Amino acid sequence: MSAHLQPTGSAYFIAKETEVAETHTLSVLVDNEPGVLARVIGLFSGRGYNIESLTVSETEHEAHLSRITIVTRGTPHVLDQIKNQLERLVPVHRVVDLTVRAGTLGHDRPVERELALVKVHGSGDHRVEALRLADAFRASVIDANIDHFVFEITGKPSKIEQFIAIMKPLGLIEVCRTGIAAMNRGPQGM
Amino acid sequence: MSGTENQMTGAEIVLQALRDNGVEHIFGYPGGAVLPIYDEIHQQEDIQHILVRHEQGAGHMAEGYARSTGKVGVMLVTSGPGATNAVTPLQDALMDSIPLVCISGQVPTSLIGSDAFQECDTIGITRPCTKHNWLVRDVNDLARIIHEAFRIAQSGRPGPVVVDIPKDVQFATGTYTPPSAVPAQTSYQPKTQGDLKKIEEAVELMKTARRPIIYSGGGVVNSGPQASHLLRELVELTDFPITSTLMGLGAYPASGKNWLGMLGMHGTYEANMAMHDCDVMVCIGARFDDRITGRLNAFSPNSKKIHIDIDPSSINKNVRVDVPILGDVGSVLEDMVRLWRAAKKADDKTRLADWWEGIVKWRARNSLAYAANDDVIMPQYAIQRLYELSKGRDTYITTEVGQHQMWAAQFFGFEQPNRWMTSGGLGTMGYGFPAAIGVQVAHPDALVVDIAGDASIQMCIQEMSCAVQYGLPVKIFILNNQYMGMVRQWQQLLHGNRLSHSYTEAMPDFVKLAEAYGGVGIRCDKPGELDAAIRQMIDTPAPVIFDCRVANLANCFPMIPSGKAHNEMLLPDEATDEAVANAIDAKGRQLV
Repeated sequence: MSAHLQPTGSAYFIAKETEVAETHTLSVLVDNEPGVLARVIGLFSGRGYNIESLTVSETEHEAHLSRITIVTRGTPHVLDQIKNQLERLVPVHRVVDLTVRAGTLGHDRPVERELALVKVHGSGDHRVEALRLADAFRASVIDANIDHFVFEITGKPSKIEQFIAIMKPLGLIEVCRTGIAAMNRGPQGM
Repeated sequence: MSGTENQMTGAEIVLQALRDNGVEHIFGYPGGAVLPIYDEIHQQEDIQHILVRHEQGAGHMAEGYARSTGKVGVMLVTSGPGATNAVTPLQDALMDSIPLVCISGQVPTSLIGSDAFQECDTIGITRPCTKHNWLVRDVNDLARIIHEAFRIAQSGRPGPVVVDIPKDVQFATGTYTPPSAVPAQTSYQPKTQGDLKKIEEAVELMKTARRPIIYSGGGVVNSGPQASHLLRELVELTDFPITSTLMGLGAYPASGKNWLGMLGMHGTYEANMAMHDCDVMVCIGARFDDRITGRLNAFSPNSKKIHIDIDPSSINKNVRVDVPILGDVGSVLEDMVRLWRAAKKADDKTRLADWWEGIVKWRARNSLAYAANDDVIMPQYAIQRLYELSKGRDTYITTEVGQHQMWAAQFFGFEQPNRWMTSGGLGTMGYGFPAAIGVQVAHPDALVVDIAGDASIQMCIQEMSCAVQYGLPVKIFILNNQYMGMVRQWQQLLHGNRLSHSYTEAMPDFVKLAEAYGGVGIRCDKPGELDAAIRQMIDTPAPVIFDCRVANLANCFPMIPSGKAHNEMLLPDEATDEAVANAIDAKGRQLV
């Protein structure tokens, strides 16, 4: 362990973390049964791991399998623990660290996409500007009246972040994001 | 699977499923939401129900039963408070990897979520303290779920599971599915066979080691008697020294010539020094717990580490290892012994000669020494006498948690696995006595002794009533020093000897208490009378509370003070008041 430890004078030895935290995307294939999401989330909160984004939906209806995509942040050692702890849960079939997998496949990162609905107050000059920018970001208008738009935008999280930031001065009202859906490039499955 | 012969009520299904899973005893307490199951229990004779006095007791009894037999322990509790009282033993079993099936009643399905009488979210509450849990909503799923529960509890890394059954499901009629007709879940397939390449790599390392050590743990005991047998064979073949965690005591006999004693915070000098100085460490079914490693960055700094464990999340969790072997200890040891036998051994004896010479010197330091006393009973002496006088008997020892637990681990020699039941991971005061009752139920003719402290024993003392009811001649051997000794020891070390609430000013008369319950009470406060009193206890065919008055201020040494490495132990002869007060420097204390 690279952690530097200090005597704490308590019954426990508390380590100062020296490893650098990384952000990884995990894909978790689980039985779609009651409480399975609570087990996964409970594991994260109970063991002090972070969740930055979480997406879940049934992906194979006949087999009742759901795929959970979790973006988490931790040191390599903690990320390894998260994977091992998730695999220990009874309804979990597989856990793949897509970020690590992308590395072994020679890619920079897995394909990650997110959808957001962005509601913007639009009137006067701002209205035209919002529409023009939405067009540049390939966001489509899915609802509008004379003083608002709802845009639907899909893309990498960074693109969505950027779009939201740009919409802010133009009268941003509210945002709803799906969280990240992700998979690795190439012909193989997870 | 249809037809009328397999149609049963939910309550009948519970009993049939328990029978089909080989259950002979269950520990439980009735209540509104489990009455249909209790009605079925009343109408059959295959399964004996032991009525406890508190659901926590049921859980620890089931743990003691499981740990001493290798079988699954079963507890039965009602909804609400019945289930919440079961939480402590469930977490205890989770941390010590004890196979436990807890069946709990639940309010009827239609009332779930309505804050009904004695309702609680049992599944939500027990999710983090079980290996898995189920709420049964359909009576037709009940048999399958109970069979799965037994499989999951005892396979892989064993642990507790909860099956929560609403009352209407217990009344409803459905189809019973026998265990053979239930396929194993595809998502849960624990790997028992170790990777042969890794085992070969480990054997290669072990062959060239000059300062090797085997560090074994509770996983060896959990793997079954064959694993302990193979461990002994491996030690015999390699002539490696061996130490063990608290949970692993008995897997290798305390009388064995390669035995170094327990390691860790209150382990022996020789075990901890050997761990610190070794060049190859073979960790077998242990998990590098913080009580074992001491300061992590000073833990065995120059060794290559081999780690055999069935749980992938245990590997590289606290300590990075060089050769991880994922698998069941028994299976991996079998391969390891076979490979070692097949390998050509060269100059084995001379290779380890220097190492053993060093160990002999450490042993001579006699780290468990204590100042004998003719006037007061030293707690260590009491354990030694209990050990000597119970030799040759079929003896099982359980403990509570605290100083007495460490003294028992240090001074009672265990020759066989499954003879030592203690709460290691969770450190549950109140564990030992109910656990002893569970052991006694499984082994009615054995000598079962709960080595207790005066504070711990009062946490589940109500089970005296249970022991008396079932004629279980469990012995409670209390090292009574009027203190929560381990709490006081830490207060002396860390908090300027300010003994905040660690002294029990009003102690019950334990002899009268035993008699009030219908048991036998014995008191002894003179070293000269101790042997006779212990003999009397052993020969009494009834539950006994033995109030052994020991030196009030004795402390538990050796000890690795927190933040220190294995080679910075505080030894008993160095543990003067001043050394104790200064064992942890002021800077360290501020960080508490």
